Amino acid sequence: MTNKELILSVENLTKVFGGVIAVDNVSFTINKGEIFAVIGPNGAGKTTLFNMITGVLPSSSGNVYFQGKRLTRKKPYQIAQAGVTRTFQNLEVFDNMTVIENVMTGAHITMKTNILTAGLRLPTVVKEEVYTMEKALQCLKDVGIAEFAYEMADKLPYGSQRLLEIARAAISNPQLILLDEPMAGLNAEESRQLVEVILKMRAKGMTFLFVEHDMETVMSISDRLVVVDNGVKIGEGTPEEIYKNPKVVAAYLGDDEAEEGVVYA
Amino acid sequence: METFSQMLQLLFSGLTIGAIYALIAVGFVIIYNVTGILNFAQGEFAMFGALISISLVKANLPLWLAIILSIVIVAVIGAVFERTAIHTARKSSMTTLIIITIGVSIAFRGIAILIWGTQAQSLPPFTDNTPIKFLEAVLLPQNLWAIGLAIVILIAMMYFFNYTFTGKSLTACVVNPFAARLMGINPNKMSLLAVVVSAGVGALAGTVIAPISGASYDMGMMLGIKAFVAAVVGGLTNAPAAIAGAFLIGIIEAFTEGLWSSGLKDVVSFSLLLLILFVKPEGLFAKASGKRV
Amino acid sequence: MNKKSLKLIYNNSLVGPSIFFALLFCIPLVGSNYTLAILTMIGFYALVCIGLTMLTGYAGQISLGHAAFYGIGAYTSAYMTATLGLSPWLAILVGAFISALVALLIGIPTFKLKGYYLALATLGFGIIVYTAFKELTSITGGSNGFFGIPAIQLFGFEFVTDQSFFYLIWLFVFIALIFSRNIIHSRIGRGLRSIEGSEIAADAVGVNLMKYKLQIFVISAIFTSISGSLLAHYVSFINPTLFTANTSIYLLIMVIIGGVNNIWGAIVGSATYVLLGELLKHFVPVFFPNIGGEFEIVFFGLLLVLTLIYMPNGLVPQFMKIAGKFQKKERPAPIAFTIDTQATGGEVND
Repeated sequence: MTNKELILSVENLTKVFGGVIAVDNVSFTINKGEIFAVIGPNGAGKTTLFNMITGVLPSSSGNVYFQGKRLTRKKPYQIAQAGVTRTFQNLEVFDNMTVIENVMTGAHITMKTNILTAGLRLPTVVKEEVYTMEKALQCLKDVGIAEFAYEMADKLPYGSQRLLEIARAAISNPQLILLDEPMAGLNAEESRQLVEVILKMRAKGMTFLFVEHDMETVMSISDRLVVVDNGVKIGEGTPEEIYKNPKVVAAYLGDDEAEEGVVYA
Repeated sequence: METFSQMLQLLFSGLTIGAIYALIAVGFVIIYNVTGILNFAQGEFAMFGALISISLVKANLPLWLAIILSIVIVAVIGAVFERTAIHTARKSSMTTLIIITIGVSIAFRGIAILIWGTQAQSLPPFTDNTPIKFLEAVLLPQNLWAIGLAIVILIAMMYFFNYTFTGKSLTACVVNPFAARLMGINPNKMSLLAVVVSAGVGALAGTVIAPISGASYDMGMMLGIKAFVAAVVGGLTNAPAAIAGAFLIGIIEAFTEGLWSSGLKDVVSFSLLLLILFVKPEGLFAKASGKRV
Repeated sequence: MNKKSLKLIYNNSLVGPSIFFALLFCIPLVGSNYTLAILTMIGFYALVCIGLTMLTGYAGQISLGHAAFYGIGAYTSAYMTATLGLSPWLAILVGAFISALVALLIGIPTFKLKGYYLALATLGFGIIVYTAFKELTSITGGSNGFFGIPAIQLFGFEFVTDQSFFYLIWLFVFIALIFSRNIIHSRIGRGLRSIEGSEIAADAVGVNLMKYKLQIFVISAIFTSISGSLLAHYVSFINPTLFTANTSIYLLIMVIIGGVNNIWGAIVGSATYVLLGELLKHFVPVFFPNIGGEFEIVFFGLLLVLTLIYMPNGLVPQFMKIAGKFQKKERPAPIAFTIDTQATGGEVND
């Protein structure tokens, strides 16, 4: 990363649930083209942090800036329109559509068709549909599930549904893709495939932020990461730096709950 | 003072009709709270209650027995409705379930036509209906019956929900269905109970209003919709708020009718409904937390 | 890739609809006036139900007040042509515009709310509009009705016969059907269906849920208003009882019977409703000679309940099973109305 360009900055983000501080004053920044991870033991506040960045949960205080624009208090669909898309830990594919339609729906914000032009099916609409379909097929090829394009999405195996979510998140050419525990529920082969896809997309300039407790993947693919525990940031740096951080080692090896995360890997 | 007596008179008839709305609205809130369904067949329970008691009186049963029997019969109708329609389709989307209740209400009205025809009928007043003079206003004993019975029933229901095991179980299902299930409370049974109770209370409302404004196959629709309006205006999630809404609607209607035009009383209540939906959708009297209890 | 590849996902062919309408348009050559009158009536309802099907099936909303839009169209046309002497076509446009505006006014606040507030708001609104038709006697003629609405004209041709009106209304149905199908098979349709697939993911890909629900509500109001306008010119006499809450509910029944997951459900549902209504009117008095009023509602009520319990996707899928032998694959349906796994009272945790 010679030319560091700031893309996302999280500033003093805090979430209080009725007296309990779930996320306490967490700050970090992500540069363009990075794979950035947020890790921590179960219940450390990762998901809460993630939900605040994606607009699912309102933050109690603090801000999120994306390319200089404030995302805090934006609705999820507005965050998508700003160029940040996401995947879900518990798969959320559109199970009433085919695989390719799922990906085409991901292109929603890049399309111009409105209800009137759609109803009249103007030539521009047809052109846009064809273009989007082509692009969707390309995205499916990129993640390696193009052969399922015309199947119903809920018929896909679990791992492929996760890849489908990535294709759906990628089609709109976002600046940043957020991955919520992307390795959860995948077997070794599926994980390897997913890592490959992420690295390939990064090579083309995509930025990723993901939360994960699968330490091994995190350490092998992320450029930098932060570690949260009990809602507080306890470490930040490259994987090598994190390995040497005594606080992190204590948090991860110090109690049973934390061990689970390591064993899981 | 003539205007004072007129006001008192209007207030009194507003309280009467408000009491009827309150009884139906409470049933509505119970079903909504326990099952999440907006039950559009609620007014039809009142219609059945009124018409069945009329038929029983015609069959020479004493009035009090006719009323009790009709309440029991309507509660059974409610049970059959819950088991055959709601329970069978319980896994459907909420949209489907709500439209099912609309279908049931239409079918109930049709059944009523087949049994009783389209002629309006009436029930004798509960007691001698000689008007009573009260502060320059003329009160009919039947109206007192309506208001009194409504208050007694509503208090009894408060007691039921807050102090009896079954009532508390129902409330538990509302607060936390999952925990309720863990405690051994069966939500299916609770759904049945909710519908049976609100059918019975609806039937009572029908028998109370039958001596005042008559009974016919289509009386349920407006009663049901108005109770609906009352519940939403007061607060759909909360029985006392719905009751307050019912009396408010009753009084507003009585005054609109008395001072302005009877044709416009519906417009006034429904405009109030729209206003509430747009400005304060949780209802006028609901607690800010919006918990459905 | 080209236009043809879109066929892999959407059946946008005009062949099916063209054959259907070509056959339909041949009926006047053989049918009696009675048949034509029945088919014309089906056409009025079908036009309304096309919009209502999209609203119920694709936007997942219940409207209990569409009779109001039907009435706004009818009374606007009546007043502008009979009283003001303006062009019926202008009147149709003005009626549609008023309906669209009203739909926006009701939709904007209600779609912000969760749940079934549109059902409640439209119910209230429907009754207010009905009362207005009854009470504003100087404009509407009140309960006595509005008489002497002139026939609709196009380039000097007057649509007065059943036959000419049959063609007119079904032409509108054809246009509305294609228009709606185009919406469904587009970015907008995917946006709407995505809400049913996963609301949270729809949000995350940038679909503005409220906007599309509102747009569909407005379109359905416009279709309904146009149908009402045409009805006024066809029957030349209207009164408020045509536009009661019951009418709204019957429209909903048609939509459900036909099935809300397919735009053809609108035509199947209205046809079933009208034909069944005619049958009942002829045969029920044979068995129940003393019956009066709207006795047929018992059948429609039961039909509605049975359809939802046993055939939640309506009649269209049943037809498609038969047609399936001739056709290839049909579109998968959105799941708005299919039985899903959500438990009863799933809303309780709000």
